[in-house]
Amino acid sequence: MAAQASSTAQKSRAGRRAQPAPIRLAHWINIPLLVVMAGTGLQIFAAYPSLGPRGALYSWYPFQNVAPPSWIRLGGWLAGARHWHFAIAWFLIVNGLIYLVYMIASGEWRRRIFIPTRDASSALAMFAYYVRIRKTPPPEDFYNGLQRLAYTSAILFGVVVVLSGLAIYKPVQLYWITAAFGGYDVARVVHLSCLVLLALFTAMHLVLVALHPRTIIAMVTGGHRG
Amino acid sequence: MAKLITRRDLLVGIAASTALVGCKNKVATTFLDVMSRWNEHVDRLLFSENRLAPELPASEMTPESAFPSYFISDTMPFAPADWAFKVGGMVARPSVFSLEQLKRMPQTSMRIRHHCVEGWSAVAEWHGVQVREIAKLVGVSSDARYVEFRSFDNDYFSSWDIESSLHPQTILAYGMNGHQLYPDHGAPLRLYSPVKLGYKAVKYLTEVNFLPTRTGGYWENQGYDWYAGV
Repeated sequence: MAAQASSTAQKSRAGRRAQPAPIRLAHWINIPLLVVMAGTGLQIFAAYPSLGPRGALYSWYPFQNVAPPSWIRLGGWLAGARHWHFAIAWFLIVNGLIYLVYMIASGEWRRRIFIPTRDASSALAMFAYYVRIRKTPPPEDFYNGLQRLAYTSAILFGVVVVLSGLAIYKPVQLYWITAAFGGYDVARVVHLSCLVLLALFTAMHLVLVALHPRTIIAMVTGGHRG
Repeated sequence: MAKLITRRDLLVGIAASTALVGCKNKVATTFLDVMSRWNEHVDRLLFSENRLAPELPASEMTPESAFPSYFISDTMPFAPADWAFKVGGMVARPSVFSLEQLKRMPQTSMRIRHHCVEGWSAVAEWHGVQVREIAKLVGVSSDARYVEFRSFDNDYFSSWDIESSLHPQTILAYGMNGHQLYPDHGAPLRLYSPVKLGYKAVKYLTEVNFLPTRTGGYWENQGYDWYAGV
């Protein structure tokens, strides 16, 4: 089943590199954009470093009124950070849309997106291998299940961070997005949670890329033609 | 003329932003200026005069003591004994209203969420008269595009696009949470609306002027977003 799915994917992308140019471009462009969005976002958060509406802060959040350290912030002050955040957001959205359209149109999604029926067992086996329960990694074609799970999660966090951002940017004009998240202050929690999840993803990604440096070369040159 | 001043002030504000990011160059300033104008364009497209902010149940109310308030004067501003509200600019009948006259006009009450530029929200009830009601009374010229609200709080002011000013939920509020407006929230009269960030809602009002061009505002001139739609 897995072999069949992968062979169809192989056929539809005959002659294409491991990392096609649009994916490489979107990947590298994304990095400075995400850095600016995260840094300015934390500067904005510092203006009200609490979660929950006034007078009814969320009791589950342990860091109420703790501002992020200044070295991690960008934009200098609230208005500056807002100008940068709302300017760069457009480029992040456009880059993300180009990436998603290419993924779908080219069929690349087939070998990258986590499909539970195909990838769940491989993901579990790979996890078992990383935590030394299992001695050998599971066989992989292009990506293993855990990679697919990680990369698919990152795309999902990206989509949700944009939607929750719109929800707190225009909670009246785009009230339906805000309502879908359960209101303004919940959407704000989701927005910041996505930042934390994306940061965790990036940390794991950097460790694994450092352990497998050939993947960096593929993401720069494109790697082998398939 | 007024437009030129605002534009310079906006650039000063944006230049300050870029300087602090570490790119003290013209490219970054121009980039942010272009993007700010693009964002205002999108903001105006999103705005609909018919879209109302949702009215909230009483259970969502913020305890009034937890609803933040501020003023820019050194001490709490109190209205002078001869306080009256002036309406002028491009109007057929420049007028002066007493608080009692405003209270006799049709009242609008709403329980809605407040959105602050800092990121917090809070809910209160506001009672007052629609700005569009006043606009009808004084006969605003169709050439008026902007509305400037001024206060006795050390000249705190803000200017709005006329569309947002005439939104049915944009009111001159003299009451809050079922009682008269207290001085910490802008007594005797303040602007209130759910379609703008809090800093656009000028407290301690003294006058409103309908204008052909935009002027800035207290925070806007320091670099904060002028349109500030929610």
